[in-house]
Amino acid sequence: MAQQSVSLYQRTGIEWLRDFLRGIGSFLKLIASNRVGLLGFIMVIFFIVLSTVGPRFVPLDTKTKVTQIYVPPSREHPLGTDHQGRDIWSQIVHGGKDILYVAFLTGLISTFIGVVLGSLSAIIGGGFDSLMTTLADIWLTIPQFPLLAVLAGFIRLDSLSLLALILAVLSWAGLFRAVRAQVFSLKERDYVEAARALDLGLRHIVFSEILPNMMSYIAISFTFAMTSAIYAQTSLVFLGLVPISTSNWGVMISLAWTRGAIFSKDSIYYIMSPIMAIALLQLALVWMGRSLEAVFNPRLRAGG
Amino acid sequence: MAEKLIELDHIGRTFGQGKQKVRAVDNVSLTIKERDILCLVGESGCGKTTTGRIAAGLLRPSEGRVLFQGQDVWAMERKEFKRYRKAVQIVHQDPYASLNPTHTVYKILSAPLLRHNLVTNAREARLKCAQLLEIVDLTPPGDFLDKYPHQLSGGQRQRVSVARALTVNPSFIVADEAVSMIDVSIRASLLGMLSRLREQFGVTFLFITHDLALAKHFAWEHTIAVMYVGSMVEIAPTPQLIDEPLHPYTQALLVAIPEADPHLTRNKPRVSLRSMDVPSLLNLPSGCRFHPRCPRFVEGLCDQQAPDLVPVGDGRYVACHRVS
Amino acid sequence: MNRRSAQPILTWTEGPEADVPLSVRDLWVEYRAPRGAVKAVRGASFDLYKGETLSLTGESGSGKTTLALSLIRLLPRSANVRKGQIIYRRDGQEYDVLSLDAGDLRQFRWKECAMVFQSALNAFNPVLKIWDQMYDTVKAHDHSEREEVRRRALDLLRLVQLEPERVINAYPHELSGGMRQRVLLAMSLLLNPQVIILDEPTTALDILTQRTIIDLLRKLKEELGFSMVFISHDLSLAAELADRVATMYAGRVVEVGNVYEIFYRPKHPYTLGLIKAVPTVTGGFQELASISGSPPDLINLPTGCKFHPRCLYAMERCREEEPELIPATKGHLVACFCWEQVQADWDREWQQREPEAMEVAWPRS
Repeated sequence: MAQQSVSLYQRTGIEWLRDFLRGIGSFLKLIASNRVGLLGFIMVIFFIVLSTVGPRFVPLDTKTKVTQIYVPPSREHPLGTDHQGRDIWSQIVHGGKDILYVAFLTGLISTFIGVVLGSLSAIIGGGFDSLMTTLADIWLTIPQFPLLAVLAGFIRLDSLSLLALILAVLSWAGLFRAVRAQVFSLKERDYVEAARALDLGLRHIVFSEILPNMMSYIAISFTFAMTSAIYAQTSLVFLGLVPISTSNWGVMISLAWTRGAIFSKDSIYYIMSPIMAIALLQLALVWMGRSLEAVFNPRLRAGG
Repeated sequence: MAEKLIELDHIGRTFGQGKQKVRAVDNVSLTIKERDILCLVGESGCGKTTTGRIAAGLLRPSEGRVLFQGQDVWAMERKEFKRYRKAVQIVHQDPYASLNPTHTVYKILSAPLLRHNLVTNAREARLKCAQLLEIVDLTPPGDFLDKYPHQLSGGQRQRVSVARALTVNPSFIVADEAVSMIDVSIRASLLGMLSRLREQFGVTFLFITHDLALAKHFAWEHTIAVMYVGSMVEIAPTPQLIDEPLHPYTQALLVAIPEADPHLTRNKPRVSLRSMDVPSLLNLPSGCRFHPRCPRFVEGLCDQQAPDLVPVGDGRYVACHRVS
Repeated sequence: MNRRSAQPILTWTEGPEADVPLSVRDLWVEYRAPRGAVKAVRGASFDLYKGETLSLTGESGSGKTTLALSLIRLLPRSANVRKGQIIYRRDGQEYDVLSLDAGDLRQFRWKECAMVFQSALNAFNPVLKIWDQMYDTVKAHDHSEREEVRRRALDLLRLVQLEPERVINAYPHELSGGMRQRVLLAMSLLLNPQVIILDEPTTALDILTQRTIIDLLRKLKEELGFSMVFISHDLSLAAELADRVATMYAGRVVEVGNVYEIFYRPKHPYTLGLIKAVPTVTGGFQELASISGSPPDLINLPTGCKFHPRCLYAMERCREEEPELIPATKGHLVACFCWEQVQADWDREWQQREPEAMEVAWPRS
């Protein structure tokens, strides 16, 4: 039983640091425990680094070069050039930041709304619960994308944060229902009843007893919220419902389509580059979700 | 004479509504004195867990009163109710479900200590947790404090559950099948530990079990109450209940239980019941609930009138028309 | 079915091989798990005699259910039989169960050896009436006439004390737990098997229903003459039903013998510990004693005798070497280096406590 003797008292600073490093170590080990998940995790990291640090090293090519229209991939232009002879690779590097930002923010906000409302609904119950469930049911029957398109006509979506907020608000209902069901089952657990008997308070019960046990679920929902936000966002941009102010992958697809693909076969690299970038990012997120489950499962975490 | 600690006064509890209404507990009265042990015995679905949760204040009875030190629990003021809530703790059956899998033993034990200001800082909390682990025989405590529940065996988890209940110095513990899922070979030491809590800290127990042999062992100098399909059929001091049960159900139960002793078990008398089926809570028999199976059934009496639990002397109570 | 090449396997058993329908020798079964191989059964051996009830007793994780499932080759995919033999005998023929092909195995499963599971509800198809399930079972293994099957089904249902006409046309959910368990019993007997394996058949039932099932099993065995392997964690059921008892610990049979021998003169410290840990209902107050320590981790097992970390008798040798199952007295096998001392201590204790009781319990005649 006693493989390691654990100090009875407070940990010292060095011990704390050691445990912290060990914690990171076991986190990485868990990520690595699922090979597909690890690959997804690495790909997500790659996209984040590409979009945040990348622009410092790869300047955005904005100069029109009439001589170099639709040059196929080469050393100089890894992904070829566009209809104005500009480097596609540099546009890919610069075009990810907004997408990631909106996706991340949307995921965060919609998960937050879903978790808060779902937990409240399950815990308070009664009339509030039936009201929320009915509301969610109605919400789910509204087709999301057309509504978004209509909304885009009324609201100037030039702020990325506003876009994220709207996307998040539109997608709360699905997660709400899922979280509510989870909390309903978790709050009947014996350890929650024990916490009630010990009078540990509602906040403790929600944040210490219930939420930690649905973290893997929340994390996966978060990645899915991100993927749907990416689709919604690029679709909006592609359809021109969002003002094109910066360069991002959605804008790239839109331009490649309207200026290139309709007219010229050579534009294949131009249109495929942002499509592939988006597809790979989606895949990376979905794959990473597999590892996240392991990370938040305490049975695996402590390495029993 | 010891003070009455907990009284259940004609409590009943109905679950569900409409056609699916289930009468889980009906007209149950119990009194448990300070430092006493009451074993509540019955088959699964007889309402003993519901009764236990009502006694622990975790479930509000549909009818009747719960008295704690003479005060009606559900009429208490908030502050008083909180005091009662902490004085009464519960230990659950399933050691795999009763501890939060995401918390270490230290976190499980320290949360109530810190919440109720029973310790002032983390260092003190750790010391106090270690003491609690020693009380429940998890030694050396240093080996257990930073473990997660899944790293412990069933018996060890159950001890942690007991330690968690002890954090708030309860005067009353409801142990709901607390050792039923624990391997036979280590049950006795768990029971021994629970008995010691009564002796050392004066904890009163409501010990719920389906196993009459276990009840007999744990409450030999105390009382056993037998429930059948939601109602109380017999309450008696343990030796009397075992040696001369009065209610036909208790008699049938005692005879039916196989014993871990070949000669003893093979030479038990046989009782033949009138029916082999346990009535469903959704469709309760009229009158006495045992009458469809009872070998001493009298037509026109047992199927018409539900017998009351009445005293028959020597601290015994029976609910049977044929006994009193 | 395949005939096995005859080789002497019954070194412990006196009497003709024909009286031993089932023998297990040195069986090893592992489960694959993320942390490593779970050694569920580790060299288990036992014989089942004709017409007897053998109770396999042990706590959770002792390997009794895995052992039972391997007897009829119903192990889950994650399980792997590492080595060992399961020999089935009928009419002077010997068959190696582990090497039966799919067709023979199907014949073997219900016709020769039937199993009744713990959870009676899961064993049924919820959308089929009892009769359809019974007929399907027979059809898959036998070519009997429909009418004949029905007659036998009704007879068996009557034998397990059910109203045959009502039950045979019922859906599983219309029956109570005790009734379903009795239907399962009747179903297992449909093809008149020689061996029946029961895995905790009464665990989910209330005491009064359990009693009727126990009495029923005893009666059925007397009338139909099958042999029975009864798996239970509950010592009192072994005491009630068994002719012989095999105690299992950490995947091994550590002691096997006549039920009276096991209960009144146990020779393995683990069996002894179990007996001392279980109270009886009738009689006065008894002191109980736990076995110290925890059940073993089946992935990281201790060295030597797997019980040594919890054993009061453990000595140096027990830490290094795992004892074999050897005959201690006639028909009583034990896997312990210290069994003589265990028995001597037990006898002394009995004599001190109840000198006459020993004579009554285990007459020396």
